[in-house]
Amino acid sequence: MGESGYLAAFIVVAAAATFATRVIPFLFFARHTEHPLVRHLGRYLPAAVMALLATVFLQRSADWNGLWMGFDALLPGALVIIIHLWRRNALLSIAVGTISYMAIQQAGI
Amino acid sequence: MNQSVFRLTLPILFGYLPLGMAFGVLFTTQLDYAWWTAPLMGIVIYAGAGQILAVSLLALNAGLLEVCIAMFVLNARHLFYGLSLLGQFKGAGWRKLYLIFGLTDETYSLLTSRPRGTDRAYEQELDFRITGFNQCYWVVGCTIGALLGENVVFDSTGIEFALVALFLVLTLEQFKALGEGFPIWLGAAAAGVAMLMLPSAHQLIGAIALVTAALLVQYRKSHGQPSEEESKHG
Repeated sequence: MGESGYLAAFIVVAAAATFATRVIPFLFFARHTEHPLVRHLGRYLPAAVMALLATVFLQRSADWNGLWMGFDALLPGALVIIIHLWRRNALLSIAVGTISYMAIQQAGI
Repeated sequence: MNQSVFRLTLPILFGYLPLGMAFGVLFTTQLDYAWWTAPLMGIVIYAGAGQILAVSLLALNAGLLEVCIAMFVLNARHLFYGLSLLGQFKGAGWRKLYLIFGLTDETYSLLTSRPRGTDRAYEQELDFRITGFNQCYWVVGCTIGALLGENVVFDSTGIEFALVALFLVLTLEQFKALGEGFPIWLGAAAAGVAMLMLPSAHQLIGAIALVTAALLVQYRKSHGQPSEEESKHG
């Protein structure tokens, strides 16, 4: 499979998986909206998945062996959390965190 | 009608343009694919966090099964959006398919919070246009970002942290909406276990499986007993 073949397959799979999450309730759940298991997962799964993704990708962004010992990513991450708790403006929090991470990486310390 | 739709969707415009641009810049600076793939993804996938995650999956050359599972689980919250709109979309005819396709976080919050009249067909037409306007903003943002990333030369080292920052923000928003810390710690702990036990290619799926299993066990425990009230005292 060539590069463009992989990209096309990737987009099809990603689009189908995303659409599935939106259409499944209309296809199957119509009669199960009140089922306690559906409500239980609906309540807790999204928060748990977000925390999981944040943790995995935060760990991958960090350099754990260098001088920073992981703080090259932990510091910008903490900044995102503090600024978001303070102002609750998603774009501001993301911009400040990303710019500070870029500054640290590009300083090359 | 279009004027009032534009006024209703203006806050989404201000959110989607910059976020779409962030995705576009990320896409063209991190990957070697043609710039127009970014707006194409905005048209056929149309998911903010999903597309940004897709950039890092593409960079890793992730397997298609992993892509499928990762995108499905990341967007799993949408499963629960539809549940509250089943009645509202009923009888929308051919528009219904697009209304469902375009059900992003922002569109969902707008459709469920806006005041509604009694003319059902009119309100569904309005829902349809709101969805269309929002996707236009998103695709325009993706396009501008992709062109910027392609043509403006700057050192983009580290820009991929936008994904981490986005997930941190979404986690905080989930925490505030829920008012409970337990699923956050569960997710972080599952990620920790997966990162210690598994090679990096399988960590995401492993952590997702752990979280789901833990929630099912918790459900069995709380529903296997006579009632929640009693189990608290027992």
